[in-house]
Amino acid sequence: MLKTTALRAAAAATAALLTATACSSQRGQDAQDTAAAGACKGQQTTGITDSTIKLGGIYPLSGPASAYGTISKGVSAYFRYVNDKGGIDGRKVRFIVRDDGYQPPKAVEEARRLVEQEKVFAVFQTLGTPSTAAVWDYLGKQKVPQPFVATGASVWGTDHKHPWTIGWQPNYVAEARVYAKYLRDSKPHAKVAVLYQNDDFGKDLLGGFRKALAGSGVKVVAAESYEVTDPSVSAQMASLARSGADVLLDVTTPKFGSQALAADARNTRWNPLHIVNNVASSAAVLRPVGFKNVQGVVSATYFKDPADPRWAKDPEMKTYLKAMHEYAPGTDPADQFNAYGWAVAASLHKALDTMKCPTREGLRDAVRHLKDVKVGLLLPGVTLSTGPGDAFPIETMRLMRFKGERWQLFGKPVDTRKEFGPLAK
Amino acid sequence: MNTIVTALGTARARRLRAALTVLLATAAAVGAPFYFAPFQVFQLTMVLLYAVALAGLNLLVGFGGQISLGHGAFFAAGAYTAAVMLDRYGTGHLATLPAAAAGCFLLGLGFGVPALRLRGLYLALVTLSFAVFLPPLLKRLEPVTGGSMGLTVDKLRPPAWSGLAEDQWTYFVVLAVTTVALLCARNLLRSRAGRALRAVRDNESAAEVMGVRLSLHKTLAFAWSAMFAGVAGCLYTWVIGFVSPDSFGFVLSITLLAGLVVGGLASLYGPLLGAAFVMYVPSVSQDLSEAAPGVVFGLLIITVMFVAPTGLAGLPGRVLAAVARRRPRATAAPPGPAPGTGSAPEAEPGPEAGSGALTTLTPPGPAVVDAEPVGAPPRTEKE
Repeated sequence: MLKTTALRAAAAATAALLTATACSSQRGQDAQDTAAAGACKGQQTTGITDSTIKLGGIYPLSGPASAYGTISKGVSAYFRYVNDKGGIDGRKVRFIVRDDGYQPPKAVEEARRLVEQEKVFAVFQTLGTPSTAAVWDYLGKQKVPQPFVATGASVWGTDHKHPWTIGWQPNYVAEARVYAKYLRDSKPHAKVAVLYQNDDFGKDLLGGFRKALAGSGVKVVAAESYEVTDPSVSAQMASLARSGADVLLDVTTPKFGSQALAADARNTRWNPLHIVNNVASSAAVLRPVGFKNVQGVVSATYFKDPADPRWAKDPEMKTYLKAMHEYAPGTDPADQFNAYGWAVAASLHKALDTMKCPTREGLRDAVRHLKDVKVGLLLPGVTLSTGPGDAFPIETMRLMRFKGERWQLFGKPVDTRKEFGPLAK
Repeated sequence: MNTIVTALGTARARRLRAALTVLLATAAAVGAPFYFAPFQVFQLTMVLLYAVALAGLNLLVGFGGQISLGHGAFFAAGAYTAAVMLDRYGTGHLATLPAAAAGCFLLGLGFGVPALRLRGLYLALVTLSFAVFLPPLLKRLEPVTGGSMGLTVDKLRPPAWSGLAEDQWTYFVVLAVTTVALLCARNLLRSRAGRALRAVRDNESAAEVMGVRLSLHKTLAFAWSAMFAGVAGCLYTWVIGFVSPDSFGFVLSITLLAGLVVGGLASLYGPLLGAAFVMYVPSVSQDLSEAAPGVVFGLLIITVMFVAPTGLAGLPGRVLAAVARRRPRATAAPPGPAPGTGSAPEAEPGPEAGSGALTTLTPPGPAVVDAEPVGAPPRTEKE
C-alpha cells in the first residue's frame, strides 16, 4: 500500500513537472545566435560583444595524458592577466576549461556543450590528435573556429576541408625537416637509426624525415617502432645498436624518451649522435637519466624555456613569471607546458587583434593571414606566419645541444618553409 | 481462498501501475528531444547507447555470474565494423547494425569457449587482455582501420519528411534500437535460457543436476553479451561519426563494469541508471572540483556503493524497507515476503516478482548465501 502511494505520488509529480516545463522548452535557445551588421553583415557574432569574448578549451585534466592538462593553467593565467589590463581590445575574456580525459567521445560531448550551451565564440584549443580529429567535423559544420589546436600532426594544415581548424606549434614534419637539414649540413654521409612511436606522431615525423633526406647522402639504415603500451624499448634499442649507425633519431614521448636515453648511455660500445625530438626534451625526461649521461644530445625548440636562466632578464619572461605567481598560484611556472599555454594564448591575442570583423568568420580568416607576428615567449627569429596555401603558423625552429645542466641553442633559426618549400599532403 | 483474492487484486493493481509507468516513460522519452537543447539530447542519446552495452554486460555479470573486463573491446569491434562498412563500402547506416551484431555475436562465441574453463577473476584477466590488445591491433591494421588517426564517417541524417533536427532524429533512431535491445534482454531472461543462466549463477552443480548444459549456456551468455556491446558500438559510430583506437582503451571496459555495478546488477533498469551515472557524473564532478575531477568521481562511486550496495536500481527498495522497519511492527509486517525487503524482489524481474505469492519459489536461503557466486548482486542483511 505504502509503495503504491509513493509511486502514485511520484507519477503525479512527474506529470506535473512535465506539463509545467513543456511550455518553456529549452530548445528555443538556438535562436540566440546573432549576426553582425554593417560591413561584416551576416557574419556570426555568437560569444562576442563589445565588452566580452567567450572562449572554451578542452584539455585532459584527468586520465593518461593529464600531464598536458596544465597547459590550460598557462592559458587561463594569460587571459586573467590581460583582463586586468583592460582585456583584448576592450573585451574581457571568459575562458571555460572542460575535461575530456583524452577520450574522443568525451571531447565531442564537451565541444557540443561549449558550442550549444555555453555559446562560445571559438573553441580555443583541443588537445591531442584523437580528440581534435573527433570534433573538427562538428565544429566545421557549426562554423565555429578551432584555432591553434595543441597537437603537431601535419594534417591540420594540409587538409582543405576544414577551414575552421588550424594548428599552432611546429608540425612533426617541420621538426623532422630541421633535423634532416642539420644532418645534411653537418654529417652529409650519416647513417641514421630511428626509434619511433607507432602512431600518427611517430609516422608523421619519420615520413617527413625520410622525405627531407631524399637526394642527400644521409641514409636511414634502421627503423624500429614501439607501442605506447610497451613496457620498455630496450629490445628495439639493442636491435638499432647492431645496425652500426652513427646517428640515432629518437622519436618518442617522455617515458620512452628517458628509456632510450638511458639505454644509449648504458651501451658503451655504440655512441651515436643522439637526436631526441622536442616532445621528449624536457628536463623531466633528462634528469632521471643523469645529466652526465646526456651530454651532447641534440634537439630542437621554438619557445623560451622558463627554467633556462638565459631568459631570466627577458621582459616577457619576467611578465610571465610574475603573472603565474599572481594568477595561477600553486602551479610551477618553470613547467614548459605552462609556458606553452601562455605563449599560445598570447598568439591568439595577436590574432584577435588583427581581425577585420569581430566575428567568427573574422577570426577564421585572421589566423590564416598572419604576417610575421612576434610573440614574446617564442624564440627570437621564430614568428607566426600563415597565408594562402600555408596553414602552419610556426614552421621555424632552433637546434639546441645539452651541455652541463641545460640546453644551449646553437646555429641560426631554421625556417623550414624557406628550406624545403610549403608542406603539401 | 482469501489469499488468492488478495493476490489477484494486487496482481491487477500491479498491472495497472506497470501500464501507467510504461505510458509515462514513453511520454517522457518521446517528449524529451522536443524539450531539451540539442546538446542535452545528445547526452541522452549517449546514455541510451551505453545502456545497451550495459544491458549486455548485465546478462553476463548480473545473471551469468561471470566477470568480463573486455566489453570495451566488443564495443570497439561493433563500432569499427560499422565505421569500416560506412567508410570503405559506403553501405547505408541500417545495414551496419545486423553486421555489427552478428560479427560480435560470433566473436563472443569464440571468446565464450575459454569462459567454460575459466571462472571469476581468471576469466576477467583473459577478457582484460583482449581489451588491452585490441587498440594496438587497430593501429597496425592501418589500410582497413585508418590507423591511429581513426575514421571519420557520416552521421545519421534526418530524412526530409520527418521534419526533425539531426540530434532529434539520431535520438529517436537510438531510442528505437535501445528499446528493442532492452526488450530482447528482458525476454531472453524470462525464457528457458534465462532461467538456466540464473540457475548456473546460483549453483553450478545443482543446475547441472537439473539438466542444464553448462557449456552451452555459458558460451551463449558470452555471445549474447558481446552482441549487445557490438550493437552499442555500432550506435556509437552513428552518433559520434568518428572512431579511433584511443577511443576504446581498456578504461572503457572498466567504466562499463563500474557503471553496471553502480546501476544495479541483475536489474532490468539498472543499466539505464548506470549509463546515466557514467555519462553525467564525470561532468558534475568537474563542476564540483576543477582541480581533481577524478577524485570526486571516485568518491561519488564509493558513496553510491555505501548508500546503495545493490546499486541505484535497488535503492528505492532499500529505502522503503528501511521506512517499513521504522514503523510499528504490528502494522508493518505483511504476510509473506514484504515488497522491497531487500534485493531479492528487486532482482527478480518478471512474473515471479509480479505475482506476490509465487516469489516464495526462489527464496534466498542461507545455503545460497554461503555459495554466493562472483558477480551476483550483493545480498542485504535481513531481519
